[in-house]
Amino acid sequence: MTPVTDKKLHSLAHIANLIRQDVITMLAEAKSGHSAGPLGMADIFSAFYFYILNHRPKQPHWPGRDRLVLSNGHICPVLYATLAHAGYFSRDELKTLRKMGSRLQGHPHRESLPGVETTSGPLGSGLSQAIGMALAGKLDRAKYHVYCLMSDGEHQEGNTWEAAMFAGKNRLSNLTAVLDRNSIQIDGNTEDVMPLEPLRAKYEAFNWHVIEIDGHNFESIISAVAEANVIHERPTMVIAHTIPGRGVSYMENDYRWHGIPPGLQNVPGAPPVYDQVKVALEELREAARKSI
Amino acid sequence: MITKDLQLNPKLFKDDVEQKATREGFGAGVLLAGEENENVVVLSADLTDSTKCGEFAKKFPGRFFQVGVAEQNMAAIASGLGVSGKIPYIASYATFSPGRNWEQIRTTISYNNSNVKIAGHHAGISVGPDGATHQAVEDIATMRVMANMTVMVPCDAAQAKKATLAASHIWGPVYLRYAREKSVVMTTESTPFTPGKAQIFWESRRPKVALIGCGGLLYNALLAARELEKEGMETVVVNCHTIKPLDDEKLIALIKKAGAVVTVEEHQVTGGLGGAIAELTAKHCPVPMEFIGMQGVYGESGPASALIEKYGMGVKSIIAAAKKAAKRSKR
Repeated sequence: MTPVTDKKLHSLAHIANLIRQDVITMLAEAKSGHSAGPLGMADIFSAFYFYILNHRPKQPHWPGRDRLVLSNGHICPVLYATLAHAGYFSRDELKTLRKMGSRLQGHPHRESLPGVETTSGPLGSGLSQAIGMALAGKLDRAKYHVYCLMSDGEHQEGNTWEAAMFAGKNRLSNLTAVLDRNSIQIDGNTEDVMPLEPLRAKYEAFNWHVIEIDGHNFESIISAVAEANVIHERPTMVIAHTIPGRGVSYMENDYRWHGIPPGLQNVPGAPPVYDQVKVALEELREAARKSI
Repeated sequence: MITKDLQLNPKLFKDDVEQKATREGFGAGVLLAGEENENVVVLSADLTDSTKCGEFAKKFPGRFFQVGVAEQNMAAIASGLGVSGKIPYIASYATFSPGRNWEQIRTTISYNNSNVKIAGHHAGISVGPDGATHQAVEDIATMRVMANMTVMVPCDAAQAKKATLAASHIWGPVYLRYAREKSVVMTTESTPFTPGKAQIFWESRRPKVALIGCGGLLYNALLAARELEKEGMETVVVNCHTIKPLDDEKLIALIKKAGAVVTVEEHQVTGGLGGAIAELTAKHCPVPMEFIGMQGVYGESGPASALIEKYGMGVKSIIAAAKKAAKRSKR
């Protein structure tokens, strides 16, 4: 990767803001879906699709492309919005999310939409699938890198740890995972529902290289991936500490926004239901204005 | 009488007829597939020798992946390989794969339409002494119900080899079912095999019942047909090695001609071959049916042959079912 300029960092943040606005609009239109995760991961998606990934949006099946596997499929609004901004399909299509006949399924389907590398939703099997792609890459002596974006909650699935064990054993240096450590899941905070810590020590014990970053700092995201790409003989886990609901003040760090869209129900402490979408979009637009 | 054009084993009813486990056919077939196509890879979940992957592992060590006792991981890794140009075969006991990892197969292989071949070994009650935990009698049902999935149950080791190789030529998810115990090799190297094409192994001119079976248990159907002929009752015996997609045209024609059906499988009588044939007859040619298989119970430890008898899959049970079905058809 080439060194990132201040101009580029600014541009990545701007795109992330636009992605967040689209996520809010899509969810409001769909009247169902997840809010907190997509908003929390918008910066990481922006960094990947507009800086890190070697990809060709107009040739989604280009064999040399880096693979990005989204393991926790429920945050797909951020994937869809990012793919549209990157040019995989028209942004007009975003408003069809979760509707009959749409290519934007409620959880992503590989055969449905260009740019989607796998079908996901049921948690805990994305890392395994990314491993399969990394193994294929090694067999073919291909240069592509495989990235797997995962949630923290899915580390309660046994399959995740089966995959972690396998990747460590097989020294899959062409595999990098990014763990969205936002500390919430549907039923509450992860450490209340089923404690996950110490995540770093667990991955290190499984023979992974581990980097911890602020998942909203673009320089950190980019340098962590650059570091992962030069680590040989080991897969890398980037534990990205993120704020769920990032950018919409009434959603930030509140697990109640994990699985609901804005504008559907009253949540104590949040604006009234009829105002939720408007407030969210105004906050995001204001942030964008300030950054110019 | 035995069908001539399929070049079945000439020693079929001799005491010294060759016996071989269908899992041996898998071992030979997957090796052939690997020789034929360098994209074929094999994944094993700590059961390499008993699922007969050893030869492949030895010949192609770089294309063999040991995943340990982790069937869910094995299925989802295979999914990633399958969408990346590889043709992965995943091998374990059927109670674990496709048992333990059913959801990974559904989401990441079947719905995701990845080019994965699932080899379910030690299927059926003939697993024997290991007991009911290791006797898969639900796998045909749980795989058949999935969209995109092809389901094959080869009748013997020779056919297992052909079916295993043929699976690598089918684009998309395939489930293949194999047994642990030796069973009679009914076919020969020369017997043709085409996925989706049912084979008539025994046919009399005026059959009163069609015995439709799959797997090694089909031999008991042939023995039953021979006995029934001696008693003056004509039958037709069909090797329905592909349960999905069924050979609708051929099956409907012969079911209409016979007027009654007995299905024969080492599987629960609900949801498997019997279920598939019942769906077909209900839609196209309703006739009386009887079902040979596990009658809604689990098996137990014991010798394979004794278990087959005890759970109503022996030759006598098939004969009784054939007579009952024929009587109900009132032809």
